[in-house]
Amino acid sequence: MIYREAGQFKTTYSSDQAIFPIVQDKWLAGALVVAAFLVPPLVADEYWLQAVLIPFLIYALAAIGLNLLTGYAGQLSLGTGGFMAVGAYAAFKLTTAFPALNILVVIVLAGVIAALVGVVFGIPSLRIKGFYLAVATLAAQFFLVWLFNKVPWFVNYAASGTITAPPRTVLGVMVTGPQSTAGARYVVALGIVALFALTAKNLVRGRIGRSWMAIRDRDIAAEIIGVRPLRTKLLAFAISSFYCGVAGAEFVFLYLGSAETLAFDITLSFLVLFMIIIGGLGSILGSFLGAAFIVLVPIFLTNAPHMVGLALPVALQKQIELMVFGALIIFFLIVEPHGLARLWQIGKEKLRLWPFPH
Amino acid sequence: MTFRASVAALALALALGPLVAGVAAQSREVFIPLLVYRTGPYAPSGIPIANGFVDYFNLINERDGGINGVKLVWEECETQYDTKQGVECYERLKGKAAAVVNPYSTGITYQLIPKAPVDQVPILSMGYGMSASSDGRWFPWVFNFPTNYWSQASAVVRYIAQQEGGLDKLKGKKIVHVFHNSPYGKEANPTLETLAKQYAFELTLLAVDHPGQEQGATWLQVRRINPDWIFMSGWGVMNQVAVKEAASKGIKMDRFIGNWWSANDSDVVPAGEGAKGYKGSTFHAPGTTFKVHQEIVKHVYDKGKGAAKKESMGEPLYNRGIVNAAFVAEALRTAMAKYGNKPPTGEQVRWGFEHLNLTDKRLDEMGMKGFTHAVKVTCEDHEGSGPILVQQWDGKKWNVVSDWIAPMREIVRPKIEEAAVQEGGKLQYTMRDCSKEK
Repeated sequence: MIYREAGQFKTTYSSDQAIFPIVQDKWLAGALVVAAFLVPPLVADEYWLQAVLIPFLIYALAAIGLNLLTGYAGQLSLGTGGFMAVGAYAAFKLTTAFPALNILVVIVLAGVIAALVGVVFGIPSLRIKGFYLAVATLAAQFFLVWLFNKVPWFVNYAASGTITAPPRTVLGVMVTGPQSTAGARYVVALGIVALFALTAKNLVRGRIGRSWMAIRDRDIAAEIIGVRPLRTKLLAFAISSFYCGVAGAEFVFLYLGSAETLAFDITLSFLVLFMIIIGGLGSILGSFLGAAFIVLVPIFLTNAPHMVGLALPVALQKQIELMVFGALIIFFLIVEPHGLARLWQIGKEKLRLWPFPH
Repeated sequence: MTFRASVAALALALALGPLVAGVAAQSREVFIPLLVYRTGPYAPSGIPIANGFVDYFNLINERDGGINGVKLVWEECETQYDTKQGVECYERLKGKAAAVVNPYSTGITYQLIPKAPVDQVPILSMGYGMSASSDGRWFPWVFNFPTNYWSQASAVVRYIAQQEGGLDKLKGKKIVHVFHNSPYGKEANPTLETLAKQYAFELTLLAVDHPGQEQGATWLQVRRINPDWIFMSGWGVMNQVAVKEAASKGIKMDRFIGNWWSANDSDVVPAGEGAKGYKGSTFHAPGTTFKVHQEIVKHVYDKGKGAAKKESMGEPLYNRGIVNAAFVAEALRTAMAKYGNKPPTGEQVRWGFEHLNLTDKRLDEMGMKGFTHAVKVTCEDHEGSGPILVQQWDGKKWNVVSDWIAPMREIVRPKIEEAAVQEGGKLQYTMRDCSKEK
């Protein structure tokens, strides 16, 4: 950045290994998180919270989950939508069976159930790799969605096959159901994302993350130096599915309010995969940037003609939106194949030397 | 300002625009958000509806100068029949003092039902949505008249019985229900299952997954079952694929009945000659022989304001858009009759819907005599159990081939009340006492 670490001496290992070794970075990030908690609920209207920020946070969490598996552990997965569905349906079953259980506990338990399912579908990863594994996880996607559509037990025998988030409170504040305010739901979603993003960041910096990256970069070499592929890969599947499951539960409870299996179809899996490809594989920041890109750009493109007073027919506007969006994706992939996170990194390095580059 | 700075300023203004937007509606205008889908796999069904809607609203504005001097204004928002985009549209448009929302998707309707009482925006899900919401005691903000999926399924069974020579003749007959694997498609299943038990016909339920472009296996299965009748709840591109597959598998088309979302021109034209004889249920007539169409041509199309091509007027789904827009307009009129000739609030529009009474006389005045059936909405009954017509494709156009067929209210209504208790309970609603309503 435009500031440097000059004069900031590290006297302990822990300060040397901090997420933000530079004091200014630490303060900036802290201020950003505090602002994220305080500003939008006070300033933004319901449209911004409900239609823009909440889905952004939830997609970001799902993208972190997939990034742990695909970006760090190198296991290509197309089952994200399926694992999110597991989280959503598990949360629904849990909260309707035990209404007294705190909804945050329910969401975490739903993540645990998704993790178990993820482990089961991760078993093939021990034998197959790359695109073949993608096909195996595709089976998870289709099987899980089919299962929830087929077995009425999962929707408590509702004739329509939809699950609806019942009203639940946290510390006396309504956070799910139609009576909850968008602000409350936003704060809960942000709290969960902040907590899990921090956890993920620390995971990938530690022993587990290093073993994932070793497997990703060359699994035989990793095995020789003592990384156990079975445990490492299954752990990646478990933790990734846990994140996706939590995101799926949030998807229904904090965002949509009610959902059918169609909400978790294959397009969702692709969407999250695009997020991490565009945002940056193997980067927590990239997951946020990718989610922001995929969620915000279409909404921006939809609203842009209105804002400049251009009244286009909606169909034409949608086609333009799809074309521009597609072109932007290609543009960013050509300009920086390593994603937006890498662009950010390059920008930071440039700013370090600014205004006197070599 | 340099060019770069002005671009940046513009981008910033665009980004922050929605934060400060939310312009209040003009005092002599009533705003109606239109959730449409003119693109994507459901566009063949979505386009004619959206056109019918806009044409009727234009007619009201052009011919009468609005309703009692209050102009109708609307804004379309593209949902692609996708729930997430639909919610985004709703959130964006409801802030402009939306009088009523027509979601045009059962999935989106399910999303909006819990929001309606909170946002004070009534929902008119005309002939779709949640059948349980027909019980107005539990769902005061949701309307699905003139009739719902369960009533339709029972009326179609009644029609089949008429063709077979009586309800007792249904015994042992094989009926297949091919449905879109979504809340919408599944709606008719419980009613069909009840009726199958009651009249001892053999019912097979066959699901087609979204979006329904691949149905080879389904129709092979139908061929194997060799049913006496086929009923279909399809939507969008699924319909034309189904009609094509059925025709190519040699299924008797005059024993293949689509529900009212599965019988439009766009569903049968791609199958060509093969589609001849295909039937569909409807709650309004097809064609352009009604006075309302002539008025629309005169006041809208001749002024160059038409939304569609003149030739595509009269398609069943175009006509459905007209009927839906007319219901909205009449509900606004009913609300104004009580609350005065000014733009009504959401609560007032809700009252208007609940006291809507479209008599044959009023339909005649609107130029819709014989076009659709009279309907009366009450506090208890937001559905009205309206009768249906059966229309048949003759290769060029749809012809009505039946009288008005009444649904089996005595079977459907108790089920609706049962389901309303369940669905209302999920949202922690309580039943209101209709005798206490003004």
